[in-house]
Amino acid sequence: MALIELAGVRKSFGTLEVIKGFDATVAKGEVVCIIGPSGSGKSTILRCINGLESYQGGRITVDGIHVDRSQRSIADVRMRLSMVFQRFNLFPHRTALENVIEGPIHVKREGRESATARGLALLERVGLGQKAESYPGQLSGGQQQRVAIARALAMQPQAILFDEPTSALDPELVGEVLAVMRGLADEGMTMVVVTHEMGFAREVADRVIFIDHGIIVEQGAAGEVLSNPQHARTKDFLRRIL
Amino acid sequence: MDSFLKQSTEFLPILAQGLWLTVLVTIGSFVLSTVLGLVWALMRVSGSRVLSGIARVAVNVIRGIPIIVQLFYIYFVLPDFGISLTALQAAIIGLGIAYSAYQAENFRAGIEAIDRGQIEAAQSIGMGWWLTMRRVILPQAFRIVLPPYGNTMVMMLKDSSQASTITVAELSLQGKLIASSTFQNTTVFTLVAMLYLCMSLPLIFLVSHLEKRAAKG
Repeated sequence: MALIELAGVRKSFGTLEVIKGFDATVAKGEVVCIIGPSGSGKSTILRCINGLESYQGGRITVDGIHVDRSQRSIADVRMRLSMVFQRFNLFPHRTALENVIEGPIHVKREGRESATARGLALLERVGLGQKAESYPGQLSGGQQQRVAIARALAMQPQAILFDEPTSALDPELVGEVLAVMRGLADEGMTMVVVTHEMGFAREVADRVIFIDHGIIVEQGAAGEVLSNPQHARTKDFLRRIL
Repeated sequence: MDSFLKQSTEFLPILAQGLWLTVLVTIGSFVLSTVLGLVWALMRVSGSRVLSGIARVAVNVIRGIPIIVQLFYIYFVLPDFGISLTALQAAIIGLGIAYSAYQAENFRAGIEAIDRGQIEAAQSIGMGWWLTMRRVILPQAFRIVLPPYGNTMVMMLKDSSQASTITVAELSLQGKLIASSTFQNTTVFTLVAMLYLCMSLPLIFLVSHLEKRAAKG
């Protein structure tokens, strides 16, 4: 069964319809990249999946749970999904380690000792073992984003949503973040990634979804869509971005 | 100067009683206004239209009535409804309510200054509204709010003198009583002013220190 399912999803901001009937699924262990021009609704659809945005039509389910941000069940959805943001959104008043263990301790009610041990291991895993006591303001963008990924992992999610995770980074810092993400993909983590990094999509994604003006123009195996796009709009977009 | 010092030693013990009441009224109403102001502010940002509406009306009503009238109302009118308070209680409650409106606006501004991304990050790790407030928003808002919060305390220290209108013999009223019985206006009111300054100046310096620290980020 698909872990994430979108069926006929529609979303408007006022009178402006930004998602015009989305059908897509993400299976366990799959890495799906969502690509498309800015303003096409990529981030919006991602934010609908974990209920940061409401949607007006259709249905989204995560692990069989209906995503409805007005319901208590939204907490169950968010326990299953973690999110990594474009602008990191680390808690500036807490150290890297405290950022990572905040959710486990206060949301999942895990013991401080085991959460701390896990948190340190996760920071180690993203290559920031020595930065546990640093505050976000003392870290580079790439380091902050890696802490954010460790924070996402600490919740032991079934899938991670990445919202343009490298777009706010200086070019020389993009690689370190992508390397961590590649490692996660190799270990079988389910990932939905909104990205402009076509190289990453080609190399890591199982599937690519190309969207434009709120509709899915084309989706399929990553190599297929990126190397041999069928639709004129996909061709045009890829030509401009590559 | 000699007579000033001599009279001072005579008046100060009496003024000290007033000073004590001033401190009581200030601290009591400051604590009450903080708690109540936080309640109004959290209602305003709760996302519930009803709660937010109630808080907005409450804050505007409180802001729209002079403090002195609020004090009169609590001390002189509430007994008609079977609620009798001592003058001190009425002063603390009245000033606490009156200032809660200003505290609320300050707190709300602090809360709303926090980046939306912080709320989203908190939600995305499964935090509910209250946990988000307690663990993520309020600790950050606290730093923003602290300098104006200190200013409010200075204003409340001075406005505690309004408690005199409902017979609380705090510093200013105590001074007036001594002055009218001894006719030593200069000595008495100089002492009263100096006593207020002794309390307010350290607070003012503390606030400007906090402001400098906040500006540095």
